[in-house]
Amino acid sequence: MDDLYRDYILDHYKQPRNFGELDPHDLEAMEHNPLCGDELGVHIRVKDDRIEDLRFHGHGCAISQASASIASEELIGMELEQVGKLGADWMIELLGIPVSATRRKCALLNLKVVRSAVTGDHAWPA
Amino acid sequence: MPPVAESALDVKGDFPIFARRFDGRPLVYLDSGSTSQKPKVVIDALAGHLRNHNANVHRGVYALAQEADAAYDSARSRVAAFTGAQPETTIFTKNVTEAINLVAYAWGRANVGPGDAVLITQMEHHANIVPWQVLCRERGAELRYLEVDERGELSLEQLDVELARGDVRLVAVTHVSNVLGTIVPVAEIAARARAAGAVSLVDGAQAVPHMAVDVEAIGADFYAWTGHKALGPMGIGVLHGRREILERMEPFLTGGDMISSVDFQSATWNELPYKFEAGTPPVAEAVGLGAAVEYLGRLGMDRVRAHERALTGYMLERLEDVPGLRVAGAPEAEARGGLASFTIEGMHPHDIAELADRGGVCIRAGHHCAQPLMSCLGVSATARASIGVYNEPGDVDALVDTLLAGREVFGL
Ligand SMILES: Cc1ncc(COP(=O)(O)O)c(C=O)c1O
Repeated sequence: MDDLYRDYILDHYKQPRNFGELDPHDLEAMEHNPLCGDELGVHIRVKDDRIEDLRFHGHGCAISQASASIASEELIGMELEQVGKLGADWMIELLGIPVSATRRKCALLNLKVVRSAVTGDHAWPA
Repeated sequence: MPPVAESALDVKGDFPIFARRFDGRPLVYLDSGSTSQKPKVVIDALAGHLRNHNANVHRGVYALAQEADAAYDSARSRVAAFTGAQPETTIFTKNVTEAINLVAYAWGRANVGPGDAVLITQMEHHANIVPWQVLCRERGAELRYLEVDERGELSLEQLDVELARGDVRLVAVTHVSNVLGTIVPVAEIAARARAAGAVSLVDGAQAVPHMAVDVEAIGADFYAWTGHKALGPMGIGVLHGRREILERMEPFLTGGDMISSVDFQSATWNELPYKFEAGTPPVAEAVGLGAAVEYLGRLGMDRVRAHERALTGYMLERLEDVPGLRVAGAPEAEARGGLASFTIEGMHPHDIAELADRGGVCIRAGHHCAQPLMSCLGVSATARASIGVYNEPGDVDALVDTLLAGREVFGL
């Protein structure tokens, strides 16, 4: 079996969880991957300082779509304060596959857009 | 059917990098649109210059410095001769991006003003878009685009309509599109621009390495290209300019070597081409490029083109074997340079390139520095396979094999 394109990655790619629009929503952001021009957006509904619900939208490669889908399941219910502290390692570990330096941004785009919506920080997660 | 033997070149052995193995597999390099591999003669010329003839140019009286001068001058003469230009109007830059910026700054700032327009096309590389965006914003001018149809072609009628508006100061077009492969009728466009009183610039980055280019015959006021795509080293580019225009232009970068004399408050400019080459130039890289064009000249650019056209035809044909694959641009090899940009339904271009690499095949994926064109094509990215003199039908077969295997990984 392929190291990168594991079954669960392809499953999340083909049937991404929590994708679409969320209206009404409290927070939103849109970020792009300069490498390929792919765009990913997020709508977030907040309740009691937690992410009550969230939807990603946009298109991208298997790595970026699967990362967003997998992350979404963890992010829903998370305290906003904790979201602000999430780093790159969290995402890479969650993804569970070896991500090369060039594909790192694909994996991190979803965290970038969520952090941008929650904290206004547009930096790539470190 | 693989292309017929009489048009085929067999020069892979001239390129040392193809001796390398990746996980035991040979290198299948289909990314010459990004940069070409280098023949041994170029590597040797570069190293030989550094080993035997290195000294700064333009200043030394000793024998070694004179050798360096002679090497630099002779590189310029070879490069100029290769493209039908004169050495005095052949300026060495860092790359084609810097060559275009040279024109945007040194010519554009003096000749484009409020109410004027710069006309480019939807299929330009960012290198031939952003300098004009910045110029137009700074000078209060308008940046307008010629449209590209599904075949990847421009409309000369639209060009005439734009030129008839009377405000176009510059027309800047690519010679060969790095995404669609379109071969643009640049001589015709330059002639129409000239008749309308506009200056013309051609981005020849994807043309000079792959077909016979005669800048005199094309007749554009500026013709720019980049050495590293033409078998030369990175760090050397070329700008050919019309003498009368270059003479009237102020310099771009200023400092040493480009002056004739300097007093405390002012300076006068050196003669062409040195006026546009401030500071110590990339001498060894120029020597390397000289060796590259000599090598290409020995192969014969018409043979290079015939080889690549046949291989492109074969590639277009073989890509039809991949279900869900769509090639952007004209379907015939005659109308295009040696490249194919494509998408595969159900697979993102990044994944296509990653899976191609599993089979040792190097292709590029992304927006190819042409985001405006990508939006016209309705995609954010494509995969691109591009051909060089050293490619063979077996490289295309390897590509198709990896694409088919990649579809399988994706369960398609
Ligand atoms: C058509 C075209 N123009 C410009 C460039 C930029 O070349 P360079 O990066 O060498 O300046 C490229 C290559 O990427 C190209 O394909």
